[in-house]
Amino acid sequence: MKVLQLRTEKCVQCGECMSACSKAWFKEDNPALSRIKIENKATYPNINVCNQCGACIEICPTKALERDANGIVQVRKDKCTSCLMCVGFCPSASMFFNAAKQTEPFKCISCGICAKACPTGALELLTTPESK
Amino acid sequence: MEMKEMKLLSEWSYEPAKIQRGYANETLYVGLGNKDGNYKFEKRPVSEDMKENFTGGRGFGLKLLWDAVKEGTKWDDPENELVIAGGPFCGITQYPGTGKSYTVFLSPATKQTYNSNAGGYFGPFLKFSGFDALEVQGKADRPVVVFIDGDNFKVQIFESTLEDNNAYYISEELHDYFAKDEQDKRTISVISTGMAAKTSYIVGLNFSFYDVRRKAVRLKQAGRGGGGTVLCDKNIAAIVVKRTKFTGIENDPVDVETIMKAGASLHKRIHDHDNEQCQMRAAGTAHLTEIMDDYELLPVHNYKYGSHKDIGNISSHEYIKLFSQGTADGCWYGCSLACAKAVDHFPLQTGPWKGKEVVVDGPEYETAAGLGSNVGIFDPHWTIEANFYADHYGLDTISLGTTMAWVCECYELGLINKENTHGLEMTFGNKKDLMELIHRIANAADDFAVATGWGIEAAREYYSKNYGADLEVMKKIGMVCQGLEASEYRCQESMAQWGGYFLTLKGPQHDEAWLIFMDMVNKQLPTYEDKAEALYFFPCFRLWFSLHGLCKLPWNDIEPVDNSIKYKGIEAARVPEHLNNYLNIYTAITGKPLDRDGMILQSEKVYNFERIFNLRMGKGTSKFHEAPDRGLGPVWEDEWMARPDYFDTKLKEFGEEIEGKSVKEKITLLQKHRRAQWEQLKAAVYKRRGWNKNGIPTLKTVKRLGIDYPEVVALLEKHLKPEDEFEEE
Repeated sequence: MKVLQLRTEKCVQCGECMSACSKAWFKEDNPALSRIKIENKATYPNINVCNQCGACIEICPTKALERDANGIVQVRKDKCTSCLMCVGFCPSASMFFNAAKQTEPFKCISCGICAKACPTGALELLTTPESK
Repeated sequence: MEMKEMKLLSEWSYEPAKIQRGYANETLYVGLGNKDGNYKFEKRPVSEDMKENFTGGRGFGLKLLWDAVKEGTKWDDPENELVIAGGPFCGITQYPGTGKSYTVFLSPATKQTYNSNAGGYFGPFLKFSGFDALEVQGKADRPVVVFIDGDNFKVQIFESTLEDNNAYYISEELHDYFAKDEQDKRTISVISTGMAAKTSYIVGLNFSFYDVRRKAVRLKQAGRGGGGTVLCDKNIAAIVVKRTKFTGIENDPVDVETIMKAGASLHKRIHDHDNEQCQMRAAGTAHLTEIMDDYELLPVHNYKYGSHKDIGNISSHEYIKLFSQGTADGCWYGCSLACAKAVDHFPLQTGPWKGKEVVVDGPEYETAAGLGSNVGIFDPHWTIEANFYADHYGLDTISLGTTMAWVCECYELGLINKENTHGLEMTFGNKKDLMELIHRIANAADDFAVATGWGIEAAREYYSKNYGADLEVMKKIGMVCQGLEASEYRCQESMAQWGGYFLTLKGPQHDEAWLIFMDMVNKQLPTYEDKAEALYFFPCFRLWFSLHGLCKLPWNDIEPVDNSIKYKGIEAARVPEHLNNYLNIYTAITGKPLDRDGMILQSEKVYNFERIFNLRMGKGTSKFHEAPDRGLGPVWEDEWMARPDYFDTKLKEFGEEIEGKSVKEKITLLQKHRRAQWEQLKAAVYKRRGWNKNGIPTLKTVKRLGIDYPEVVALLEKHLKPEDEFEEE
């Protein structure tokens, strides 16, 4: 399974990852639409992105959240009722929503676009053993 | 046994309304004729006045029922209706507790209007199909299934081929029948009742939804007041709605962002704090049993006692072990409070499905207490089995529990005997015979079972007339008022809760006011005026949920952690942050501003209209607001002797000298003083509500509320008497 390896100490909060992510998935350069969030905590960075733990899968009332063949947790929009329970129940608060764009939540699907855009190597897409 | 194809008897197509800001602005009328096969379908417009004065949900139900019936209409007349309506919030997916609908009807039990709410998907799917309310009137000439096809915009009446009259069978079969495949089952909701509805008046409606994880049909109950009896009387086997597609903005809110933010924030709070607060996700409302026991509020042996040594057997700890954990147990999308707990793979020990493994919805607290401690049974397995069959047969678990508890006391007092019961040993705790009584009530097996199935008020008349049982004694110990059995809280030590139970619109349920802690534990309501204020405010505040398609539990069964730091006393009890969520979401849906006063005004209009409606049906006056002795204090010596020092102190507080008095004398004295308090409370509450001494809303009140319709004014003028007026201050 591919997950983002975070090296937070290398992050310079340049925002390139958020820009690349939102442009790729929402065709708009807007950090509010990014599936990875770089947050400034008293000057030092915090990288908030899904680690594919799957806690949200059990919460969903319609089974709209599932692991795909590569082990990535995906939101199936055709089954999603926009209830946002997965947002409130994500252990790392890495499920996002934006009313202006859509009512369904969105999350990182380990596409690696952000890692490619990162100028410092703070993000790297790694292949890990399948999570249980 | 797979059901045979059903014959189409009638069909009607419609142009669906587009939902605008929470309203479809149309209602659906289905007429079944008068046993003549004369079916009628109509779309009816929702006027601005209807929205202004009745808001939605229960308010719409009352308004439509008012227009459908006359003063003399009885519950089993064809004019009586079942009106089912959600309300402007109903069908939101983002905020917990937004899938409720209310069913309004003339009740066989209370002989006036009743309204009962249920979760499940029916209310939202009805709205998404284009209707704010469904009215069903008339009586079919054969058992029918009414099908609202919200995918193809058709209403169809089928001749039922269902071979069993019970709820789980009907619901499972009809989810199968109308679904294209397994996946499609969640697009359907079924309303049904059970076989007890043929003779019993304490029969409710089951509202279904399909649980995709369990691959099972789940049932939520609009249990109270006899709606199931009305459904059966109309010869309706089931009402089905189907709606496949809907989005997160199906309700057409003006500002979905506000709703999404409020919802996500509450989901997070529930995730973080439910486990340390009410444990709704793990135990549902059954978390209350040991709390009620701690405060002497648990009904034990027909409300005689408030606690029991075996409470541990029915504590939340035991129920958590029995409920399946870690699954999405909301009864509508977006309810992360998820209190719709279920017991899976439960092997039935008795009855027609003996040996079958079933999914049992519940027990909730009311069932755990009513079909538990109140009948002297402290065995969750028995309660779960009783819960299953009650739902399956349609029986309301609360009225059933309270009625059986009263039957046990009548039996132990020797008012009725084994000959009357046809061999049943009706002692508290007799699991075998109490379970047998449930089956006999459903089967209308004998005269005792049939009479008991009418509920306490009608049953005691029958016992008195046919078994020679002492009516006065039965009246003292029967926890019933206005024809409705009390729900499962012992109220006798809280004067405010006497009002919460016995000064209500529809009888002693607990959805108007639950003031016991505020009154008894926190001592926030010291004077009659304080209690009257609470008995004005909270019934209105709580009624508001019923106008909108909301469940009350996400309001205060989860609280912000700083609620009691930021706010004190009654203001803390209002949970201001959650209250503000509702006000903000109302505006986000409708585009109209709403503040706290506006909220209470919406409710007060309907509260008073319902009271006047009951007056119209021959009740709704002071004499129907009566409290049984058991509701006010101990009736027998053993009750007093369970807490002698406590009751002695209570009696002394009235200035009574207790030295040398027998327990019996003390009971008489305490009852006398509390009866006087009750009368004072009643007067204070009526006055605060803007009613006269006879409990009737005054002309001034209906004018202030803008519900002074000519018919209302004419009715009031007929009943308002000068001698009943309170003096103006």
